[in-house]
Amino acid sequence: MSDHGQGFKQDIHTAFNTVYTLWLREMLRFKRSKSRIIGSLATPLFFLVILGTAFNSSFQMRGGGGQTDFGFLAPGIIGMSILFSSLTGGVSIIWDREFGFLKEILIAPVPRFFVALGKALGGVTTAMIQGTLLMLIAFLLGVEYQSYLGMAASMGVMLLIGLGFIGLGIALASHTESHEGFQMIMTFITMPVLLLSGAFFRIGDLPQWMKTLVYLDPLTYGIMALRYTLIGETEIPINICLVALVLFALTTIGLGGYVFGKAKL
Amino acid sequence: MNTPAVETFDITRRFDDLVAVDSISIKVEQGELFGLLGPNGAGKTTLINMLSTMIPPSNGTARIWGVDVTNQPSRVRQNIGVVFQGTTLDDRLTGRENLDLHGRLYGLPKQLRKQRIDEVLELVELDDKAGVLVKTYSGGMMRRLEIARGLMHHPRVLFLDEPTLGLDPQTRNHIWDYIRRLNHEENVTIMLTTHYMEEADQLCERIAIIDHGGIKALDTPENLKDALGGDVIIFGTENETQASLLCKLYDENGSAGHVYYKDDSVSIMIQDGTHQIPHLLKIAIEAGIDILSVDLHRPTLDDVFLSHTGRDIRAEETSDVDRITYKLQGRRR
Ligand SMILES: Nc1ncnc2c1ncn2[C@@H]1O[C@H](COP(=O)(O)OP(=O)(O)OP(=O)(O)O)[C@@H](O)[C@H]1O
Ligand SMILES: [Mg+2]
Repeated sequence: MSDHGQGFKQDIHTAFNTVYTLWLREMLRFKRSKSRIIGSLATPLFFLVILGTAFNSSFQMRGGGGQTDFGFLAPGIIGMSILFSSLTGGVSIIWDREFGFLKEILIAPVPRFFVALGKALGGVTTAMIQGTLLMLIAFLLGVEYQSYLGMAASMGVMLLIGLGFIGLGIALASHTESHEGFQMIMTFITMPVLLLSGAFFRIGDLPQWMKTLVYLDPLTYGIMALRYTLIGETEIPINICLVALVLFALTTIGLGGYVFGKAKL
Repeated sequence: MNTPAVETFDITRRFDDLVAVDSISIKVEQGELFGLLGPNGAGKTTLINMLSTMIPPSNGTARIWGVDVTNQPSRVRQNIGVVFQGTTLDDRLTGRENLDLHGRLYGLPKQLRKQRIDEVLELVELDDKAGVLVKTYSGGMMRRLEIARGLMHHPRVLFLDEPTLGLDPQTRNHIWDYIRRLNHEENVTIMLTTHYMEEADQLCERIAIIDHGGIKALDTPENLKDALGGDVIIFGTENETQASLLCKLYDENGSAGHVYYKDDSVSIMIQDGTHQIPHLLKIAIEAGIDILSVDLHRPTLDDVFLSHTGRDIRAEETSDVDRITYKLQGRRR
């Protein structure tokens, strides 16, 4: 084999190794934080039970093909939990900087892009575990999903949503140095993205200006895709949803990897 | 002639208007235990950051084991281990996990990684704490773990930025032992920074005194002290005015070597001090200056530092109480 080929093989090995190492670190940390897992499930469950009950009694469903409000809300709430945990996962680079571990990563002789990718995959795995648990709990609470295949497919959707927002989180956090920055990101991204996504309402009857915002919100396509796979209902064709999600994920991961590569101490 | 372990060429770093490292050219040979001694803000960390490719120089460059830090940073990184001034451990993981992740990042295969983890843990005597979360470690233990981690991948050069900062004297002595041992047993070239005189004095083979971003002196601790002349005499006077007056007199007189005053005392670096005191005292008395105390000692690194920077390294960072305790401890020894 030529020198060039050897070098390439070595590069692939290093890249894989780097991604795996960073992923492993996230998993080791996740394993230890049982209370965090429970805590991260509690918030969405409150939303599901309380909002679901309230919606049920305060206004009648319009044109919802026989599904209960719980069924309509569950995919939205799963999407919400994926949004929260993947953004938090990306933004945790701020804590890595604050507690110094970032230096240990930056000084290592490995490409930073793959460091960012490993961190993203670690965070996404965490988010998917939470999303899947939530899906199962909702199932136990009586939400009817259309099929097991759909449930499995929804995990693929969770992966795409997670990658998209974790990439965004990494891109935003790579140059943020403080708690305040973290607060800003959380306030000005999470809430508008969540509330405009159609996680809690149907988008068909909205005024035009708001509809535009809803269509600009990447989470909308995630929620619709989740709803499609889980309960067979969507207001945006699934193909479009998937294309939008894949593009979003590719863009933010690419951006996150690039920005992280330029990160300073 | 071997390639130097570290060689800098007019390396400079600016932060806006501030020149943190000012055109430093030094050479550290393979296997050396080299110290950078300087007060807070001298530019030690900035220099280490440039040598470890964490920040680029504004001007000039450096080679680590012959490899340029600006052109080939990733090749430099393969060759170095760095222990930063602040902790860079993941405290939610165990000591062993921290080492394991490091080994993976540096591409150590599984078998070697395991073996190496055990070796370095033994070296810093943390074997029994390896399975415990770093969160529960003491400051000294964290420092030892970081040194162990920096060694995992057999670096050729290990940079230690203030390895014993804030540790109690006993722990500090322990860490010195580890540093000496790894310099000998692992044959690693070590470049460390410190602002503790005893650390530089007892640990380092050669030291560079750094202040305001520049190197003021560079030699073995012995040579640096010898260069001051045989003895240091310190006269206590009534006040600063008297001290400065006396200082000027000695300067003009020319018979004394280097002369400095600080607050109300005058330091004279001179050969054969015991026989010079009567003569010097006479000059003072003739000028009508009262001498309240006389101290004669062999030069210490403090004197070296004072003579090269005109300042007392400890005066700037240690409170008076600390300084008094320090002096008392010094006497007891
Ligand atoms: N990122 C930065 N931006 C601006 N100024 C900086 C930066 N880093 C260091 N400096 C300045 O450069 C000078 C040298 O700092 P440096 O940290 O290298 O000193 P040091 O010798 O390591 O001090 P210490 O003993 O306190 O660690 C200081 O005046 C510091 O304020
Ligand atoms: Mg420093």
